[in-house]
Amino acid sequence: MSSILSDQVTRAEVCCVAVAECFRGDGERLANPIGTIPMIGGRLARESFEPDLVMTDGFAAFAANPLPPGADPADAVVEAWNPYPQMFAVLWNGRRHVMMGGSQIDKFGNQNFACIGDWHQPKSQLLGFRGAPGNTINHTTSYWIPSHGPRVLVESVDVVSGVGYDRAAALGPTASRFHEIRRVVSNLGVMDFETPDHRMQLRSVHPGVTVDDVVEATGFELVVPDEVPESRLPTPDELALIREVVDPAGLREKEVPNP
Amino acid sequence: MAIPDKRMTEADAVGELQSGMTLGIGGWGSRRKPMSLIRELVRSDIDDLTIVSYGGPDVGLLCRAGKVKKVYSGFVSLDSIPLEPHYRAARQSGSIEAAEWDEGMLLLGLQAAAARVPFLPTRAGLGSDLQALMPELKTVTSPYPGPDGSEAEELLAVPALELDAAIIHMQRADQGGNGQFLNSDLYMDDWMAMAAAKCFMSTEQIIATDEFSSHGSIHTQRISRLMTTGVIERPGAAHFTECPPDYARDEAFQKEYAATAKSDEAWDEFRGKYLDVSESDYQQIVRAR
Repeated sequence: MSSILSDQVTRAEVCCVAVAECFRGDGERLANPIGTIPMIGGRLARESFEPDLVMTDGFAAFAANPLPPGADPADAVVEAWNPYPQMFAVLWNGRRHVMMGGSQIDKFGNQNFACIGDWHQPKSQLLGFRGAPGNTINHTTSYWIPSHGPRVLVESVDVVSGVGYDRAAALGPTASRFHEIRRVVSNLGVMDFETPDHRMQLRSVHPGVTVDDVVEATGFELVVPDEVPESRLPTPDELALIREVVDPAGLREKEVPNP
Repeated sequence: MAIPDKRMTEADAVGELQSGMTLGIGGWGSRRKPMSLIRELVRSDIDDLTIVSYGGPDVGLLCRAGKVKKVYSGFVSLDSIPLEPHYRAARQSGSIEAAEWDEGMLLLGLQAAAARVPFLPTRAGLGSDLQALMPELKTVTSPYPGPDGSEAEELLAVPALELDAAIIHMQRADQGGNGQFLNSDLYMDDWMAMAAAKCFMSTEQIIATDEFSSHGSIHTQRISRLMTTGVIERPGAAHFTECPPDYARDEAFQKEYAATAKSDEAWDEFRGKYLDVSESDYQQIVRAR
C-alpha cells in the first residue's frame, strides 16, 4: 500500500474522485448520482472541473449549492423546480447522467436490483425495477458498487432491470442510440466498456489494490489490458473540497471503510 | 359562490368501493399517502383489489391485511427503510401477483387512462426483462419513419391503467373537492385522479375556496373538483407518512410498523392496537405516544 494512501488519502476519497471522473465532459446536464459516495463524487465534479453540471437537492429541486449528503432541502439554493413528473420528462429528454447501484451486474453491464431468484416468486425481493429500464435506454448511466465481489459482479444477472450492451445491441442502432453505460466504479477500482464488443474491462485499480485482487473479486472474465494504471488521487484542492465542503461529516468513510 | 358540498367520511368513501376493483393510491413511497382511507379499507370486508401505486406502507398494509390480488408499482419502499417488509413478504410467499414496471411507465399508463387512449409509447422497458416477465406488455411500431430515414421505431406500448377509483391526500381542500398541495411535489396525484372513474381525497383541513391563496400560490392548486368525487377532512390522515409542512414522517412509528413483519404475533398486536380501532381513536392513540 502506498504511503500517500494510508497516510493522507482514504480509499473512500479515491472512490469519490473516481465517481467525479465519470461526469467529466458532461457539461450542462443533470448529473444524478444516487447514494452517498456517488453524491459526494458528483458534487466534487461540479465544484471543480465540471462546473456546468446540474444537480438535485435529493428531492424536488435542482440546487445550485453543494449540499452535503442528507442535507435539509430547505438549505438548497433552488435553480429550478423538478418534481417527479418533471424528472421523468428530463430523463426521457435525455439530458441526464445517472449513477445507480446494483445488486448484480454482468460483463455487458446488465444490472439487477429488482430481486434475487425467479422474479415470479423471488427468493429475495429487492427494489423492483425502479427507473432502471427507462434510465439505461434513454441516457448515460454509470454504476457504483461499494462491495466489489463475485456475487455482485456475476456471469449472469437474475433479472435485467438496467440494460447492458448486448441487450442494447440486439435492439438495433435506432432503439439503442441513446444507450451508454459509461463506468462502473467500485471500492476496488474502475471499470469501463471501451472494448470492441463492449465487455467490461478494468480501467484502473485503486491504490493498495492489485489487478489480481479485482480479477478474483469478479465473477466473470474481466478484460484486463496489459497496463492497468492506478486510479488517480485527489488533488489538494479536491481533497479540501471533499473534506470541508461536500462531505464535512465524513459519511464517505462509513460507506467504504479504509482498508 | 356556489360550490358543491362533497364532504364525506372515510366510511362513506370506502362504501363506494367494491371487491375486485382497481384502485390507484396517490403519494410516493412513505410520503403524503391517504392512510386514513387505507386504514378504513383494512377494516372493511373488501378484498381482491388490484392496486396501482408508487408504493409505500399503503401497499404493505393492504397486502398484509389480505386485501390484494395484484400490485402495479415502480417500487414499494418506506424511504428511510428502503424495502417495504410486508410487500416483500407477499412477493416472496407468492401471495400476490405483481406488475413491477419502470417508474416512468407507471406515469404513462396513468396519462393514457386519463386521456382515454389505449396506450402511450415509450422507449423505457426495451431491452430489459420487463416484457419477458410481464407478457401483458406489448410493443408498437411507429407509423412514422425512424431518424434519418431509418426503419420505423418499435416502442413499448404502455397500456392505460384505468382505475375504478383513486384515493389521494392533499394538505388543503375546499368542500367542493378542489385540492391544494403544500409540499414540494404533487407526485402523480393529478393523473391518479384523472385516470379514475371516482376519486376520493382526504385532506388535513377543509378551508373556504377564497382562502387557498393565503395558504399557497396559484401553482399549488392542482386538484380541481372536476377530478374528485368526495372530500374527507381528517387532520393527521397521512400519518405515519410525511405530510409537510403539516408534519414530518413519524419515523418511530414507521419502525414499529416495519417490525410487525417479523411475526404474526407482532402483526396481530399492531393490528389490534392501531387498525381495529376507529380513525379518531387511532389519531388520539398516536398523539398520546
